[in-house]
Amino acid sequence: MSQEEKVKESLVNKFGYLEGKVNIPRPRRIFLDTDLKNLADIILYAKDELRFNHLLTITGLDEGENLSFIYHLAHDSGLILNIKVSVLKSSPVLKTITPFFVSAEIYERELVDLFGAEVEGLPAGNRYPLTDDWPQGEFPLRKDWHPAKE
Amino acid sequence: MPKSKKFNIPMGPQHPALKEPEGFSVALKGEKILGVEIRLGYNHRGIEKACEQNTYIQDLYLIERVCGICSHTHATCFVQAVEEIAGLQVPRRGLYLRTLIAELERIHSHLLWLGVAGHEIGFDTLLMYSWRDREIVMDTLALLTGNRVNYGMNTIGGVRHDITPAQSKEVLKAIDLLEERTKYYIEVATQETTIIKRLSGVGVVSYDDALRLEAVGPTGRASGLDRDVRRDDPYAAYGELSFNVITDNHCDVFGRTIVRVKELMESYKMIRQIIKNMPDGPIAVKAPRKIPAGEAVSRYEAPRGEDVHYVKANGSEMPERVKVRAPTLANIQVVKHMLKDRYLADMPIVIAAIDPCFSCTDRMINIEYDSNKKSEVINWATLHEYSLKWHRDRGVDFSKLNKQFQRRMSI
Repeated sequence: MSQEEKVKESLVNKFGYLEGKVNIPRPRRIFLDTDLKNLADIILYAKDELRFNHLLTITGLDEGENLSFIYHLAHDSGLILNIKVSVLKSSPVLKTITPFFVSAEIYERELVDLFGAEVEGLPAGNRYPLTDDWPQGEFPLRKDWHPAKE
Repeated sequence: MPKSKKFNIPMGPQHPALKEPEGFSVALKGEKILGVEIRLGYNHRGIEKACEQNTYIQDLYLIERVCGICSHTHATCFVQAVEEIAGLQVPRRGLYLRTLIAELERIHSHLLWLGVAGHEIGFDTLLMYSWRDREIVMDTLALLTGNRVNYGMNTIGGVRHDITPAQSKEVLKAIDLLEERTKYYIEVATQETTIIKRLSGVGVVSYDDALRLEAVGPTGRASGLDRDVRRDDPYAAYGELSFNVITDNHCDVFGRTIVRVKELMESYKMIRQIIKNMPDGPIAVKAPRKIPAGEAVSRYEAPRGEDVHYVKANGSEMPERVKVRAPTLANIQVVKHMLKDRYLADMPIVIAAIDPCFSCTDRMINIEYDSNKKSEVINWATLHEYSLKWHRDRGVDFSKLNKQFQRRMSI
């Protein structure tokens, strides 16, 4: 059994609801979808038990009604586990993963500024990457946001 | 710790001494840094948004301009993701040529870093000579691609320029010369007591902290973190090349210097293999204008560390989403850790030692001062002078080494 398959098996064994939701599109890449309430458990399990101990980044996506976020975790052997979670655009609330990954702070700030995500538990600090005088309620990476015409 | 009056010393974001806009805000007690607040964003140009409004091939040129030094890095990382989604098999010769430019870019970047590091500690002769040698690799890049920066080598499906036997010979000649010079840099960097004294114990990050803070690139490898995307998640032609991942256990700026100079030697080794084993055949396959729906995560070992791109396609000729995570952003937490409880005089070299690229990252740094002294304004050039004098007063003086180095190099 390949390394990727082993990871998939471990995840499905641990979290039964992931059955049929884990894909391996090519060697060293694993994608899975989960709901918000199980996100922290999966991330913690992937980090502590499966040794995916490096957070590459968090990608935000505007998918119409929903905002989706992909947590890209890497293993020393080259595997990348991409954990996708979707939330309603009308209440885009996430919990911070900074207790597990210190590096997540800047990536979560990006989600706040560019996608209008609310990240509960995110420590106080400077915003990133937009300017301090950026207008409220304007989230540039949402699809309905367009730069002002010159 | 007694709470004293806090005030901001704005450094930047625009100042002539640093090449990129960034501001720092340091909490300072006496000569020691209590903590660093980082404010990034001054270089944010909305490239990810712009990518959604342009075609894949236009995006390739835009992405190449995320960074002036790691231009091939970003272009390759992006194009790999697009090729994966489109199911394109890049011909082996194309992959070898991509890797050749990648390693030449690493040489140019590491030599640039060596010069900047020399300058930050007062060893300016090193700056002069390493940048002289950097010209050799810049000229080689221009010979192969027509450009010294932003090489425009990549296209979706392969590369745009083939290499002639005469050009291969020129590359090998340049590598021979650079290797000889690099051997001397390694000798100086690892044996000169002034350098060892100045860089040892500065900007310390233990192995455990490097792991916890997820340091990338030479910054992590100099703390014993054995990670290199070229070996761990091979792309382009790296899977077919024989090379060592350089690690070091000094865990400080000295270690980071050793890692980079030794990595230069590995790059020379790889380039010789690439030229020797260059496969025959086409350099690119034709790519469709519209890329089928799909997503891919691509990684690339930039000179500064791991670069990550995520691309999502929706079946049209423009991507649905392009996400860039440059290595400097991943090392920001590490820099904060390195500066804490350390002397202000070491700030320039500690920051320089992660080889930061703020243009990539935004793509800036804001540092806050905490002191009961009255407010003052400091710029990077002043901090640089302060740092040199602080260390000179403590016996670290590079004037002798500067002269010695100059004598040796002018032969």
